Amino acid sequence: MAVSAGADAASAVSYEPVIGLEIHVQLATRTKMFCGCEMSFGDPPNTHTCPVCLALPGALPVVNELAVHLALMIGLALGCELAPRSIFHRKHYFYPDLPKGYQISQYDEPLCRGGSLGGVRLHRVHMEEDAAKLIHMGASGRIHGSEISVVDFNRGGSPLVEIVTEPDVHSAEQAGEWLRLLRVTLRQLGVSDVNMDEGSLRCDANVSLRPAGTTALGVKTELKNLNSFRFIEAGIRAEIARQEGVLDAGATVSQETLHFDPSSGQITSLRSKEEAHDYRYFPEPDLPPVAITEQMIARARAAMGELPLDREQRLQQAFGLTAERARALAFRRELGDYFEQAVAAGGDHGATPTELLQTLANLIAVELPPRIGSDTDPFDCSVTPAAMLALARMLATKQINMGGARTVIERLAEHGGEVEAIVAQEDLGALGDGDELATVVAAALAAHPDAAERLRTGNQKAIGPIVGFVMRETKGRADGSEVTRLVHQQLGL
Amino acid sequence: MTGRELLALSGADGVAAVQAGEVTAADLFDLYRARALDHGGGADGGLNCFSWIADDLPPEPDAASPLAGSPVAVKDLFCTEGVPSQAGSRMLEGYRPPYTATAVARLQAAGATLLGKTNQDEFAMGSSNEHCAFGVVRNPWDPARVPGGSSGGSAAAVAAGLAPWAIGTDTGGSIRQPAALCGIVGLKPTYGAISRYGMIAFASSLDQAGPLTRDVTDAALLLAHMVGSDSADATSVGLPEAVVLPSRLELSGIRLGVPTEIAGAQIEAGVLGAFNDTLARAQQLGATIDHEIELPHARHALAAYYVLAPAEASSNLARFDGVRYGHRVEAHDGDDEQGLVGMYMRTRHDGFGAEVKRRIMLGTYALSSGYYDAYYGRAQRVRTLIAEDFKRAFEHVDFIVTPTSAEVAFELGAKTADPWSMYLNDYFTVPMPLAGLPAISIPCGLAGSDRGLGPGGAGLPVGFQIAGPAFSENKLLEVAYALEQSIGFDGARAWL
Repeated sequence: MAVSAGADAASAVSYEPVIGLEIHVQLATRTKMFCGCEMSFGDPPNTHTCPVCLALPGALPVVNELAVHLALMIGLALGCELAPRSIFHRKHYFYPDLPKGYQISQYDEPLCRGGSLGGVRLHRVHMEEDAAKLIHMGASGRIHGSEISVVDFNRGGSPLVEIVTEPDVHSAEQAGEWLRLLRVTLRQLGVSDVNMDEGSLRCDANVSLRPAGTTALGVKTELKNLNSFRFIEAGIRAEIARQEGVLDAGATVSQETLHFDPSSGQITSLRSKEEAHDYRYFPEPDLPPVAITEQMIARARAAMGELPLDREQRLQQAFGLTAERARALAFRRELGDYFEQAVAAGGDHGATPTELLQTLANLIAVELPPRIGSDTDPFDCSVTPAAMLALARMLATKQINMGGARTVIERLAEHGGEVEAIVAQEDLGALGDGDELATVVAAALAAHPDAAERLRTGNQKAIGPIVGFVMRETKGRADGSEVTRLVHQQLGL
Repeated sequence: MTGRELLALSGADGVAAVQAGEVTAADLFDLYRARALDHGGGADGGLNCFSWIADDLPPEPDAASPLAGSPVAVKDLFCTEGVPSQAGSRMLEGYRPPYTATAVARLQAAGATLLGKTNQDEFAMGSSNEHCAFGVVRNPWDPARVPGGSSGGSAAAVAAGLAPWAIGTDTGGSIRQPAALCGIVGLKPTYGAISRYGMIAFASSLDQAGPLTRDVTDAALLLAHMVGSDSADATSVGLPEAVVLPSRLELSGIRLGVPTEIAGAQIEAGVLGAFNDTLARAQQLGATIDHEIELPHARHALAAYYVLAPAEASSNLARFDGVRYGHRVEAHDGDDEQGLVGMYMRTRHDGFGAEVKRRIMLGTYALSSGYYDAYYGRAQRVRTLIAEDFKRAFEHVDFIVTPTSAEVAFELGAKTADPWSMYLNDYFTVPMPLAGLPAISIPCGLAGSDRGLGPGGAGLPVGFQIAGPAFSENKLLEVAYALEQSIGFDGARAWL
């Protein structure tokens, strides 16, 4: 995407944003990266600590094997090249949230390199540990000007995977969309809670601009801690605008680390290139290299399951679903599973007409969620997959219309039951091609002679009042297309 | 048994006496505790080898256990739960850890009892025990001289008969050199043989715990109860076979190699004499001596060591920031930096001694962007070459032997003004930890030094170092034992 820069579009250069993303993912292990302390969220401060994660004198780290397993699953899912031997480094800086004075991370020999997801290439994926949580007591909420700062080490030493993309993203919207794809992929893998509110998914963005049509990279800035999808897009948009302003004024963008304040929309500098830390990386002598065996890779592969993009494709090919429906089902694993179980309730899906499958997909992806609570797992509600299939069949054979179907779902969600029984009990059955509907249509034409006349002379809009009459008379049970057919038939059109 | 008879028992003999019911563990412990209190403190002309001494006997030890309640002196840098573990540093003055180091816990599990904690060079950085926040340690052979370092407190305590045995740590020679200077046995095992968990780290890729004892049998017995892989130390592997107490009295078929580099080294005449006498003795016992062993990169070992060890130390000591434990000093009024950074600076300025600061600066520099390849990277390559040198050498000989130290114990203050002359102390001991190899120092005689003969004119102890391939501990102990039995060194004359 190219944005035009400046108010005077005719004379202004148009720029292409070049964006790379760095995503920190907290792994869903039971214990921390290098010690046996339990992972927690929201527990009283400093209740999940030990000599290792407090960096007491003499304590040593030991790699969490499950974390390596989960990181391998991520590497496999993203098509990365897995290093048979990767090593941990120490990354040094002094800060109270970093008890050892260094973070154990991976540097020039990471676990994974390369790969891609959704058209964005990946640079690397590596393992590291999280810092503790620093809480600044005082008005500003930041370390400068705070009266006192306290540290909660519960989070310190949590296992993280850092995913770094190549600069293949070219707009704020694309960044947001790609992150959603990454999140759903990680969620499907079950490797992380991927919850931005709780910090188990965090994103930094490297942003630079270049004149559209050129290939050299401009000077980049790093936007830190964009902690919601909305802020990611807003932050990147604001930074693109800021850099455009700088370039249009004839100045150069300086390489720095930036903070985006979502409440004010302001971008402020955290540190310049000159102030950048010298992290003094060196190989962590307390940990032997991580050696990946064929068995470890096989185990990770076996645990992966089907990835959302793969499932989207399969749903389209196997069931003839549209891309939109297939994605809706594939990107919410439980909806996809529910759909496939509903299909299975009907036996061999090869014999199931595509139209019925589409109707079923529509019911499950679009109609069901708002009636059971949009975040509710459909398997946790009283609507069974078999009932949804039965309902789809009635829709496909015009035994019920969509309005009736929605009511059925509401009833099922309230107290379960049989679809046919609810339809009969609440008299929701569609008035199909029987005489009953023809009689009502005749009455409607008689009640609206002007509309009938206009319709006869070619004004299609005139059918509105006639259909409205039929729907009122039938309490919405009539099938709209059947009504239209009967109207035309009776008018001899 | 009389007190003097009990004192004459080695660590292993003391264990046997308790197990046989000839003496109670409590009586033995009380004897040593009283001696440690009388002579081990810094006051009244004491050796200042202890930084902490047990208040009283811990709960009744199990007389049937392998170590039968035997009192062990433990270098201060081993964490011991609830007991001061200060690593010789003001930074950790009064620090009592909530957990016990694996090596100590294993000894305790085998029945040993903690007699006390011993003084050391601060964070194990030093070769004379003069770099200690809690005062210098004195050599029992001559209180005007250093005991060596950094495990000088442990060495002095054993040499003076204030403890039956002790443990220490060796990074570049910190067990072997003080053992040599104090006339006792010091063993640095293969890297990974003993867990480092709970050892306050100096240089993680080099640090290794080991025993300081009166004789080789004691070294083997303590080693047997310290080794083993540990799930809390990812670099620990243990030993491939159980430690066997040595019994061999001859050396037939054993090939000993003397590095040609010895010829160019500045070794005190007395030390060289004692070393050559021991070689002759080894030959009499059946060993062959190869004087043509080449370790071409060993001459760079010291330089590589003094890049790598400070680099790791600068990182390991970053945790001492005043935030969670230990020494803490707030910024002073008028300091350039206030608040957090001011606190960091004051705390570290005040908490660390000069030698520690020197090494932190050296190490920080060596790891800095732009200098990494020239210093740390190059030193690592040298380290690899040294390991390869040893590998080639061990194709020709079973063990490599050198003097442990080029000189006998020197006077307090003789080298403190010149750090490089102090670092030269490690010349013969540094190559082995760089290659991860086991090495032992045994006393091989007394010698005068260029600075005199010491009190009584009898001379001061000389150490004979034997280094072997990785995991060759059992064979190493056998060779050391055969030589020790032949030498018949009398360490008892240093008992206070």
